[in-house]
Amino acid sequence: MTLLDSLLSALDSLRANMLRTALTTLGIVIGVAAVIAMVAIGVGAERRMQDLIRGLGANVMVVINGTSIGGGARRGAGTRPALTMNDAVALERQVPSIQVAAGAVGGTGQVIYGNTNWFTRIEGVSNGYLESRDWSLASGRGFSGAEERSAGKVAVIGQTVAEKLFEGGDPVGRTVRIMRVPFTVIGTLHAKGQTPWGRDLDDVIFLPLTTAKKRVLGGRAVRGDYLDSITVKARSAELVEQTEEEVTEVLRQRHRIRPDNPDDFIVRNIAQIVEARAESQRTMAFLLASVAGVSLLVGGIGIMNIMLVSVTERTREIGLRMAVGAARRDIMVQFVIEAVALSLIGGLIGIALGAGGTLLAAEVAGWQMVVAPSAIALAVGFSGAVGVFFGWYPALKASRLDPIEALRHE
Amino acid sequence: MSDPIIVTRSLARDYRVGTQVVHALLGLDVAIERGDFVAIMGPSGSGKSTSMHLLGCLDTPSSGTYLLDGEDVSGLDRDALSSLRNRKIGFVFQSFNLLPRATAQRNVELPLIYGRVPRAERRRRAAEALAAVGLADRAHHLPTQLSGGQMQRVAIARALVNDPVLILADEPTGALDTRTGTEIMELFQRLNRSGITVILVTHEAEVARFARRVLHFRDGALVTDQLNVAPARAEAGAE
Ligand SMILES: Nc1ncnc2c1ncn2[C@@H]1O[C@H](COP(=O)(O)OP(=O)(O)OP(=O)(O)O)[C@@H](O)[C@H]1O
Ligand SMILES: [Mg+2]
Repeated sequence: MTLLDSLLSALDSLRANMLRTALTTLGIVIGVAAVIAMVAIGVGAERRMQDLIRGLGANVMVVINGTSIGGGARRGAGTRPALTMNDAVALERQVPSIQVAAGAVGGTGQVIYGNTNWFTRIEGVSNGYLESRDWSLASGRGFSGAEERSAGKVAVIGQTVAEKLFEGGDPVGRTVRIMRVPFTVIGTLHAKGQTPWGRDLDDVIFLPLTTAKKRVLGGRAVRGDYLDSITVKARSAELVEQTEEEVTEVLRQRHRIRPDNPDDFIVRNIAQIVEARAESQRTMAFLLASVAGVSLLVGGIGIMNIMLVSVTERTREIGLRMAVGAARRDIMVQFVIEAVALSLIGGLIGIALGAGGTLLAAEVAGWQMVVAPSAIALAVGFSGAVGVFFGWYPALKASRLDPIEALRHE
Repeated sequence: MSDPIIVTRSLARDYRVGTQVVHALLGLDVAIERGDFVAIMGPSGSGKSTSMHLLGCLDTPSSGTYLLDGEDVSGLDRDALSSLRNRKIGFVFQSFNLLPRATAQRNVELPLIYGRVPRAERRRRAAEALAAVGLADRAHHLPTQLSGGQMQRVAIARALVNDPVLILADEPTGALDTRTGTEIMELFQRLNRSGITVILVTHEAEVARFARRVLHFRDGALVTDQLNVAPARAEAGAE
């Protein structure tokens, strides 16, 4: 018996019991839909992670001020200023695997050009910051050493700010007011796009560190020499871990922290940051994986059950097929194919449902999810495997029937 | 005549039911000539079906030997027997045993499917077999759309589609009225004239008189073996 004949006869018998077929495939439908959604979320998360790493740099880490333990209450990270520009300079000098270490202070504020104004992030950064972030200029130039030292009133602006304030015009050479202080725009940056959690990286203005501290972000955390963060770029991605250790060591030394005391700073590399954000998606994917697993199992058992019923119902047919020349293998193949056809039908419906649901969720929740061809292949493979696995025993049972007894069966 | 298609020597079949042993067939010694038409008769439980199953290679004997078409088949395994049945034997059952969801055409094709006959040839041969039993115009009917006699004809077409040397029929007219039964016997006689050996089991002397040789069984043994010098000719129209 050829495979095609088996398939045709399988479809025949499935068609004869439409409702039963539909109900039996339900478990597989749900299971496969869950597999599709799960993989879509997983692939989406993976892709985001890669986008982010590509955007921010895989060999970059950020050192921020650590948690303070004051009055018994732990406050959030970054609340106690500990990092200074001297730390940044020292890191760059003492740790050979560091390519560049740049200090930054940040805040938000109003920027005005003519009668347009825009509320945006304002970052004071030391030279080397843009290099550490692999962020290149789209036009104009960066800060000079002299501007850095003399707190020059110059600004480099992100794409979004350029668009909002200048609406297509060339910003370079124009004067904007930031917190009422006039600044000359000397450069614009290439667009970096959004972070996976929706923050627009291009909605930012960079000022020299000294300028930002002295003229714009006065008060708060920027008193004296303190920084909000030091961005460290290792010479290569492989050096990140080693660099992290050395940074920790140097900073503990410089901050005179005793061996049994905790760090007063936190080192985060990009992977860790992304990791935290990916966590919720992973929880979701895990839930879906459980649903998928349970559904496929239940669906598989359903298929096994129906196939056992089918073998019993069709005992005479099996006996007849044997009488006219079916080998045991022919019977086996016929029933396995029927089980696989059953689960594949469920699988295809599940794929349609899962893909539809995924696209809908992507639309509604704004998650980045991708229905990859590999997910569809996986789903088809899974449902096929379920069919083979759970169809095997009923098929074996059918193939072992005694032809005479089978023919006599009522 | 000495070209036997069937030769059995002390062919026996025991069934074990719990601790009890049922001797369904006690040791059959019989030779059946190629092209013969044999009827097997006997009371219920006398071993008729048991011997048909053995002769039809659906079952294997507890002891004894069986030569079919010159080949000793007593020791063959299940799949070898399947293949043998497919090539040499056609079966006709009392209850027709057609696949309910398949058309007459597809029912007749079934043995060819297992004989790995290519699709186009399968179609052609099944159509020929249906024409041979007078059902060319019912090829695309389902069994439920056919009368009992027509269903049995489809079953006979299925039995002969593989060009068997032997057709075995266990009470083929048992579910049919006399007139339809006679039509079926006419068909068997025609097939027999074309050279196929026919063996059938029947309870009715009416049916057995169409055969050339009648074997009587009792309690698992062959008790009488008669030759019908002038077998009746089944003519449905002559009833
Ligand atoms: N599978 C089996 N298990 C046990 N005993 C069996 C089995 N099949 C047949 N027998 C026994 O073997 C004996 C012969 O049975 P068989 O079916 O050959 O009779 P038969 O001549 O065909 O009868 P009938 O005219 O009623 O069809 C009977 O006593 C029966 O009970
Ligand atoms: Mg019987």
